Amino acid sequence: MSKWLLALGLLIMSWMAHGESGMPVSRSISPDINDQASLQRGMKLYVNYCLGCHTLTYQRFSRAADDLNIPRALMEDSLIFSPELAFNDPMHNALEVEVARQWWGSAPSDLTLTAKLRGVDWVYAYLLGFYEDPGRPLGVNNTVYESVAMPNVLEPLQGVQTLGCPEGVSRVLSTPEKCRELILVRPGSLEPAEFERAVYDITNFLAYVSEPSRLKAQGVAPKVMIFLFVFGVLAYLLKREYWKDIRRPGVNE
Amino acid sequence: MTAPKREEGQSWLGARFPVSRLWREHLANYYVPKNLNIWYVFGSLALLVLVIQVVTGIWLTMSYSPTADGAFASIEYIMRDVEWGWLIRYLHTTGASALFIVMYLHMFRGLLYGSYKAPRELVWILGMTLYLILMAEAFMGYLLPWGQMSYWGAQVITSLFSAIPWVGPDLAQWVRGDYLVSGVTLNRFFALHVIALPLVILTLVVLHIMALHEVGSNNPDGIEIRQHKDDTGKPLDGIPFHPYYTVKDLLGVAIFLFVFCGVVFYFPEGGGLFIEQPNFESADPLSTPDHIAPVWYFTPFYAILRAANFSVLGLDARLLGVILMAGAIAILFVLPWLDRSPVRSMRYKGWMSKIMLGLFAISFVGLGVLGVLPSTPERTYMAQGLTVIYFAYFLLMPFYTRWEATRPVPKRVGR
Repeated sequence: MSKWLLALGLLIMSWMAHGESGMPVSRSISPDINDQASLQRGMKLYVNYCLGCHTLTYQRFSRAADDLNIPRALMEDSLIFSPELAFNDPMHNALEVEVARQWWGSAPSDLTLTAKLRGVDWVYAYLLGFYEDPGRPLGVNNTVYESVAMPNVLEPLQGVQTLGCPEGVSRVLSTPEKCRELILVRPGSLEPAEFERAVYDITNFLAYVSEPSRLKAQGVAPKVMIFLFVFGVLAYLLKREYWKDIRRPGVNE
Repeated sequence: MTAPKREEGQSWLGARFPVSRLWREHLANYYVPKNLNIWYVFGSLALLVLVIQVVTGIWLTMSYSPTADGAFASIEYIMRDVEWGWLIRYLHTTGASALFIVMYLHMFRGLLYGSYKAPRELVWILGMTLYLILMAEAFMGYLLPWGQMSYWGAQVITSLFSAIPWVGPDLAQWVRGDYLVSGVTLNRFFALHVIALPLVILTLVVLHIMALHEVGSNNPDGIEIRQHKDDTGKPLDGIPFHPYYTVKDLLGVAIFLFVFCGVVFYFPEGGGLFIEQPNFESADPLSTPDHIAPVWYFTPFYAILRAANFSVLGLDARLLGVILMAGAIAILFVLPWLDRSPVRSMRYKGWMSKIMLGLFAISFVGLGVLGVLPSTPERTYMAQGLTVIYFAYFLLMPFYTRWEATRPVPKRVGR
């Protein structure tokens, strides 16, 4: 019978793996919500470059201060810009939805749960995927999110990319698909590797924001599992003790 | 007025309420076959998960807001601002899937050892009713987070009612309370999910257990232990449920909770099956997700629904799908009368029964996998084939269980 159960377990597991398919993105990253330095840098970048348009409605400044080990005074002085927002408030901004619609055609979405909704790989690839496209209203397009309304706000850091053929590949002789590589044509203030780390930090921060309780769960989980293991051993010994009677001939026969 | 007369050693409560009689009849003197194996743990586990669902559910309602405007935000409030709210919610979401896993294993045990056969037909029917009501309970609960998948899943399933001729569209509207799934639907699903259906479920659980204890538990050999009793009337191959099976189930509980808490603490989203990705976005009636699928425990039936992509005898494909889906569940109710075998357990049935049960299990899991995936022409063919196997298991049962040669069942356990 245990073979049956094992087979069933394997089936369920292979089945679960199916559910994880996301959008096709070129690179996969593994967020590390225990890397406080990365999360702190990510929050700083987020507040400076993203929060002006994209709220984090369900994330409180105070919770981030606690979880990321940022002193309250520092948070209030350097990360809470709007005088209307208090330390315990959610990470809102002063942008009005109607105004945003007029500016870009659609209101910037709230990003609290984006890392769960689209996946961290998507966010990472998206932030690295902007390129110059004169055909678009704001002059930029994105490899992951075609015809996106958002400008490349990280351009001062990243520089300007275009879509082109990889080195040694001729545009004339090659297929159009091959010539969709992102090429940095004007450098920004960060080196490419530094910029990728910055994007990783933002993505990591959004991964934390999508589920801050993960930190708590990680803390409690080992204790619960150890308790249940000990409980299981005791339950096994108790069962063995009682069932000794049943094996003995003459009893209950 | 005089107080009830106490017998020797009887407590105040015992003179007024049958505490010791209930204890004796259902635990200490309830005799259970001594050869029950691991398959017999899932009934107790289903009860345990049900208790987890009720308790966590009560605590969730304390912070949940059943309105179209507030539902999604109140879930995030529970996940972030309520003390231990994340744990309570993950126990509830994981519990829903866990309940169906243990219930499917519990039902499979019934198929394996013929637990539905006389004299346990009523136990089976009450259990099937319980399963049906739990599906309604789970379906309504799934709308409450008010995410995209909640919304569109409910939209698809409630619109199935409109496939019924004549009254369909009005019926679907009556169920939703609106032209589309809306805040009105959310309100009524909440009421049904937290009050009406749990009352029915708890009643059915009591009836299921009472009916079982009246006829006694089956066992892997399908031997009727009550036919061989000693002078005092105790079954010779039986042992008291308490303490033997209480301690054995306690071990089952420990192993189950270890796996369950592993999921709750480390993979609460169950790889996108227990909490689906599109549900991280609030319900938007104006934007349909690319791919709508119900939660995994409904997908075998959903695959049967989608497998009907042709019309037959003037029934259009949609109505045929609904009929097949309803039939797939309804046919389980009459199972006790489809099985004509002289033996209960698969151990003594013939090879045809064994092959058919194996095929049935494959078709059920296969349909479940297909129901999760977006449909393609090839997958629809596969689903049609598996649907045929699913129904063949039941419809051919009166024939293969009668024709096949069975092995003699021993009179006593372990002899």
